[in-house]
Amino acid sequence: MTALPDSREGSVMLKLQTSEPEASTPVDVEHLKRAAAELRGKVIEMSHRAGTAHLGSSLSCCDIVTAAYWHVCAIDPQNPRDPLRDRFILSKGHAASTLYAALAMRGFFPLEELDTFCQDGGRLAEHPPANLLPGVEAATGSLGHGLPIGIGMAMAGRIRKETFRVYALLSDGECNEGSVWEAAMFAAAQKLDNLCVIVDYNKWQATARSNETLALAPLRAKWEAFGWDAVEIDGHDIGTLARLMENVPNGSGKPFAIIANTVKGKGVSFMEDDNNWHYRAPTAEEVAKARKELGLA
Amino acid sequence: MRNAFADELTKIGNDDPRLVMLSGDIGNRLFDKFKAAHPDRFYNCGVAEANMTGLAAGMAMSGLRPVTYTITPFVTTRCLEQIRTDVCYHEAPVIIVAVGAGLAYAGLGPTHHACEDISFLRSIPNMTVICPGDAWEVRAALRAALKQDRPVYIRMGKKGEPVVHAGVPEAFEIGKAITIVDGSDVCLLSTGNMLPETLEAAKLLKEHGVSARIVSFHTVKPLDEACLTEAFAKFPLVATLEEHSLIGGFGAAVSEWLADTGIRPHKFVRFGTRDAFFKWSGEQEYAREKLGLSAHQIADRIRNALGQH
Repeated sequence: MTALPDSREGSVMLKLQTSEPEASTPVDVEHLKRAAAELRGKVIEMSHRAGTAHLGSSLSCCDIVTAAYWHVCAIDPQNPRDPLRDRFILSKGHAASTLYAALAMRGFFPLEELDTFCQDGGRLAEHPPANLLPGVEAATGSLGHGLPIGIGMAMAGRIRKETFRVYALLSDGECNEGSVWEAAMFAAAQKLDNLCVIVDYNKWQATARSNETLALAPLRAKWEAFGWDAVEIDGHDIGTLARLMENVPNGSGKPFAIIANTVKGKGVSFMEDDNNWHYRAPTAEEVAKARKELGLA
Repeated sequence: MRNAFADELTKIGNDDPRLVMLSGDIGNRLFDKFKAAHPDRFYNCGVAEANMTGLAAGMAMSGLRPVTYTITPFVTTRCLEQIRTDVCYHEAPVIIVAVGAGLAYAGLGPTHHACEDISFLRSIPNMTVICPGDAWEVRAALRAALKQDRPVYIRMGKKGEPVVHAGVPEAFEIGKAITIVDGSDVCLLSTGNMLPETLEAAKLLKEHGVSARIVSFHTVKPLDEACLTEAFAKFPLVATLEEHSLIGGFGAAVSEWLADTGIRPHKFVRFGTRDAFFKWSGEQEYAREKLGLSAHQIADRIRNALGQH
């Protein structure tokens, strides 16, 4: 992670560096892979302990979230409201456990608080709360909200001449929402190049294959047709994710969409691409087996 | 009200660099001066109100003070979830300004009427609901809203309504109703664009020897409880007047307040629109007449309630 320096001037310098590809911080892929495995381990344990749904969705985006919080975003856990920080919005709020675990592992709040996930009176509800937990940029859970909010933040940065970037992580099912496409057209009209969308394209939504529900494909071409610079990659290739996300603004003069082809339940053989894990929580035995597969045992 | 809003917005924009104007593809030429003075703080967000409201919340979370603006149903019910979740849940200081309250755009049909918006918006936590009574109250409401660090809804009429105040009412304060004229027989609590009609009704009542207090009850949430307590104690008859459904609007809010406080009114009458869409063609004046909201109908019903007929 590129931590924010104390002074505003320093932070601006840092952003100028990250906007140039050749000046990017080298990506330590092995370090990121290890962090992603640990993140998955935490997420699986949280689902088991709380008995909550959406584990498959939480696992499919772990590499994206790791790239953001361990490499790309200029954020300071000690100063989570720094006006010049990069913003990462988990628009697919049902993957809250991934966000919580990442924030705790990065030091925004104590790791032990993860044990309170979905417990009575805790701060870690099934969807990220507003104005309650350090590091949560937007309360999400109702789909199709994160991108418009992110656009507002990116517009504010432009108006106030601040150089932070905004990242919004969307699910493929979320792209059913009309507000996503309203937002996409607005961002393109404004040439909002300090904005990056990552679509966690795991090919499933809650109850069906996403492409059989609404015709999302060709998803990259759709974002391009809506005026975005778009790429399609392996959403578990953490090195490529980190490099592409870090390189925002990328010089195209357009908002940037990364269509990240992912596998729901990624990292655990018996969960991968099995949509039962949208609602199922793992048993203790399954947690142990999963941890072993992730190299965490 | 509309022109006063645009004019006041431009003035405030000169002093407050946080102010950003977001339009839902409406107000052709209305904001030319604002645009000319602040080209980087005016955005036509197109016919995409959900995105407009969400991005307003994002701007407000990042230090700006955005105003969203279009015709009432489109800036309220069309994007109600964005108002609830993005604006109110986040306590984002967005100012939602609606033009065409109630039946102001009667001729455009029920798609453009707004007789349910107060009901929806006042039920959302963290929201303040202001219905200015004339153009001067619009100016005052806008300035008062910017002083708050919270979501505010300002429900305007249209353009060219009669002006009631002589200038910006100095006493304007969110949640504090303004007595326009004092009286002793009936207290007429008017919210929003019903104020001029209420004044006309009071003139007719005066001809029949009925002395009416007229109150511009511009803030529906939070209610001015002191004003209500005093009015219900003092007057043999209290009436609420609004161009909004009797379900969930201003009169409903006062009814809820009466139920919760246990205060028993001597007599209480509510003027508002029925639980029906108004499908007939015709302008606002015609619609008011059909719905019993014109001055002479108000005066007649008040006199009835006072036992004058």
